[in-house]
Amino acid sequence: MRFGVVVFPGTWSDCDFHYVISEVLHQPVQYVWHRERELAPFDCVVLPGGFSYGDYLRAGAVAGRSPVVEALGDFVARGGLVLGSCNGFQILCEAGLLPGVLTRNECLQYRCQSTHLVVENVETPFTRGLRPGQVLTMPISHGEGKYYADPETLARLKQQNLVVFRYAAADGSVTKASNPNGSLDNIAGIVNPEGTVLGMMPHPERASETAIGGTDGLLMFQSLLGSLVEDGSFLKR
Amino acid sequence: MKVRVLVRLKPGIMDVQGAAVKRALAGLGFSELNDLRVGKVIDVDVAGATPQEARTRVGEMCRQLLANPILEDYTIDTVDDLAPREAGR
Repeated sequence: MRFGVVVFPGTWSDCDFHYVISEVLHQPVQYVWHRERELAPFDCVVLPGGFSYGDYLRAGAVAGRSPVVEALGDFVARGGLVLGSCNGFQILCEAGLLPGVLTRNECLQYRCQSTHLVVENVETPFTRGLRPGQVLTMPISHGEGKYYADPETLARLKQQNLVVFRYAAADGSVTKASNPNGSLDNIAGIVNPEGTVLGMMPHPERASETAIGGTDGLLMFQSLLGSLVEDGSFLKR
Repeated sequence: MKVRVLVRLKPGIMDVQGAAVKRALAGLGFSELNDLRVGKVIDVDVAGATPQEARTRVGEMCRQLLANPILEDYTIDTVDDLAPREAGR
């Protein structure tokens, strides 16, 4: 599977994603500068975490209107996969590729900690190797990760089963205490109705080797690799 | 034409930044505050436009980038002078 890792001025997780894809998964991967529009060489485009354009105006706002993100619309329409983590999730929401918005953590603190995520939707190429209700451990690292959407949007997310991950306790129960940032309904990650664009605040690339504290993030990458079929399309289940 | 945009969080959206500032002011003895909300001022100087044209263009800027309609409202005013009216001290 051919990966592109997008780099904006201020991106910081690009090298981590590149390392995991090339050195752990042994897949072809290239950096993609934010001014580029050519995404045809890739099966999956990654929008990594960081502070794109300094997060000026709002987190992900300027990046959400950049040339490479404008090109994502066509890429997604042709069936390409997009994974946005942390700032990447903020960018996808600002660009309108996912509904809702990420805003300042309710606790007023930047939170850099390990979290438990309960898997809610396994009907995506990113999660098809997981079980519904499975609990994953991954770090978060953000100051603006509180997911918010209006009541109609939230109802649609639930009705169409578009919430992929929720913050949870170690046993998988979704509690207020396990919500690190005040996200609506403990939402940690959502997907588009086609299942091809996933945005999540946690960092799977920082949970992909035992040496750095866990491999639950790798399970997502392995799902992805197992989802690509010969004609270039992707399996959900 | 000089235009001043005020971007505010919509009523009902929790303003954690405002809450922190309000708490800090209470610590300075300003305990009479019922509420405090923080917004943004964006000053724009539009070249060669009438007030109406400038407002239309800046409105388009707000819809495309300057405000996020899920969280924020904005107001647009044409102004004679973008410099602050009162000195800070």
